Amino acid sequence: METQTAPGRFGRYGGRYVPETLVPALLELEQAYAEARKDPAFDEQVSQVLREYVGRETPLTPARRLTELWRGAEVWLKREDLAHTGAHKINNTIGQVLLAKRMGKKRIIAETGAGQHGVATATACALFGLPCEVFMGAVDVERQSLNVFRMKALGAKVHPVESGSRTLKDAMNEAMRIWVSQVEDTYYVIGSAAGPHPYPTIVRDFQAVIGREIRTQSLVAFGRLPDAVIACIGGGSNAIGALHPFVEDKQVRLVGVEAGGHGLDSGQHGASLTLGTEGVLHGSRSLVLQDENGQIIEAHSISAGLDYPGVGPELAYLAKTGRLEVRTATDEEALKAFYLVSRTEGILPALESSHAFARAGDLARELGKGKHLVVNCSGRGDKDVATIAARGIPAAIGQEGA
Amino acid sequence: MSGEIAEAFARARARGEGALVAYAMAGDPDLPGSVDVFAACVEGGADILEIGVAFSDPIADGPVIQGASERALKAGSTLKRVLDEVVPAVRARCPQTPLVVMTYVNVVMAMGEERYAKLARERGVSGTILPDLPPEESTGIRVAFDKEGLELIPLCAPTTSPTRAESIAKDARGFVYCVSVAGVTGMRSELPANLSERLELVRRLSPVPVVAGFGISNAEQARVVGAHADGVVVGSAIVRAAQADGPAAARQVCADIKRGLKR
Ligand SMILES: Cc1ncc(COP(=O)(O)O)c(C=O)c1O
Repeated sequence: METQTAPGRFGRYGGRYVPETLVPALLELEQAYAEARKDPAFDEQVSQVLREYVGRETPLTPARRLTELWRGAEVWLKREDLAHTGAHKINNTIGQVLLAKRMGKKRIIAETGAGQHGVATATACALFGLPCEVFMGAVDVERQSLNVFRMKALGAKVHPVESGSRTLKDAMNEAMRIWVSQVEDTYYVIGSAAGPHPYPTIVRDFQAVIGREIRTQSLVAFGRLPDAVIACIGGGSNAIGALHPFVEDKQVRLVGVEAGGHGLDSGQHGASLTLGTEGVLHGSRSLVLQDENGQIIEAHSISAGLDYPGVGPELAYLAKTGRLEVRTATDEEALKAFYLVSRTEGILPALESSHAFARAGDLARELGKGKHLVVNCSGRGDKDVATIAARGIPAAIGQEGA
Repeated sequence: MSGEIAEAFARARARGEGALVAYAMAGDPDLPGSVDVFAACVEGGADILEIGVAFSDPIADGPVIQGASERALKAGSTLKRVLDEVVPAVRARCPQTPLVVMTYVNVVMAMGEERYAKLARERGVSGTILPDLPPEESTGIRVAFDKEGLELIPLCAPTTSPTRAESIAKDARGFVYCVSVAGVTGMRSELPANLSERLELVRRLSPVPVVAGFGISNAEQARVVGAHADGVVVGSAIVRAAQADGPAAARQVCADIKRGLKR
């Protein structure tokens, strides 16, 4: 299925709503990317770095104890937590930083929420020798101090952003403002499948390696495609990467899990597909959390990476057409899932990924025995341990689990 | 009211002056207080008023206007309230001055393009500037605006190629807003050296007046830029003055800029 209905459009969503100053840069990027994609040497270069440096392919791990516990479909984990730097974000930054080099750009800027994208960008910049500046909401700088240290250790400059809600959306605003003023020689690495065209397409293409590997690994591991794939959704890069290669396989259920925060009724959540309305944020038309006056509402999630009031346009389109099933998990459910996965599988998942795990149990039971469910474990939870520990460690967790 | 913008430029020209387009934020410090700021700008010599409507995520704005936006939102400013409470009050006090709304596309989309265009014209708005709506995305909104006779004022940037500038200029309504620097709104001590050539290029191609904006804050800059344009836009300098010292300070900034625009 070609989800792109016109260049940069996914149905009504997508587009390029940015200051005129940036339009020529986006046109240049669109063309440079189209040329890079036609060049097999570029593809090979990206693949080689992913293989030799990132550690791809990442394993598809059978989750035997979760399968046993949930008494439903066989559960498999796509282990993006094992990719270098600990999350799927690296797939995209390797691709984009190589593209930036190819375009002759002199420096890199990026925004980050949880810090994983900032770390992944700083890593790619260190590897390829480009200076890197990362914009991060001041609130996130506080709650993700480990990742702030990692970025600095990797040689990146971290700018805390004090405007607005001081989280991811404000970091993205600030990165766009800085980009407007240095657009000639600066490449902006957007971290999710959001932003103005061509970013949602570029990020999706670089992340689709996840779904392609799930396909081939499933055929090897259990002889057919999975019956469902589930991923968490912030801006949507790990989700679209894991799910896009299955869009045409109608027998594969595609499920996304948004941040339910304190609950959908609380007004404090990050559920833009579930409760958002059509609007323009960060250069693209999609579903956004906003009030009736068009002001963006601050999102909330225990996980900094899902704390975003928008979502990539392609996922909005897939959700609207019904191809993507959208669910939510609250902060508490994600925390519970974090401990459940830690204690049953010996894997500390990122709080973002824990949202996917929080709904995976229901889905496994719905699917039933004999079916296969793949959970995208988008990242590892090391960065979140301070947040989680601050809430006190439970001695035991209920067997109902997630 | 149609043609009001063209008339304002013609009047300034007839007096041997460049036009001053004065920007302030509706709702900063509060809704009635901002009406005083707009009126003071006109007393100071502003020929056209640009009424900023706050948006939570103003990616084209620097710190001064971002701050004004946050204050306006805290004061309860919305597009609807600006059209109901600020625009009619400014019109009553400055009946000769064309009003242009500047906000972000999401704010207009939330109201509905058609509903906005109709309401804006009814209240006395002549044009609208949407800094995050490049020509490729503007077709639908233009149709809605044209139907009501509301002018969608395009922007042209330093990074815009000559061919692109040509098509932007040719299609322009109201005036062309030439962004003087690659960057966000805010005061600058220096303006780019090649600005005059760009302005002349766009002026040659455009059927409507051409103004320069972003970074202009004093009479000398206005004089230099004004020599190659039909006028200038001043925003951050006015917003900052009004915030620090009230409407009289905004009037002072406008009067100062106006001196620089005398030919
Ligand atoms: C581990 C992990 N998963 C998921 C996300 C959410 O982003 P996206 O929806 O783009 O995958 C993040 C963002 O920082 C993350 O670090």
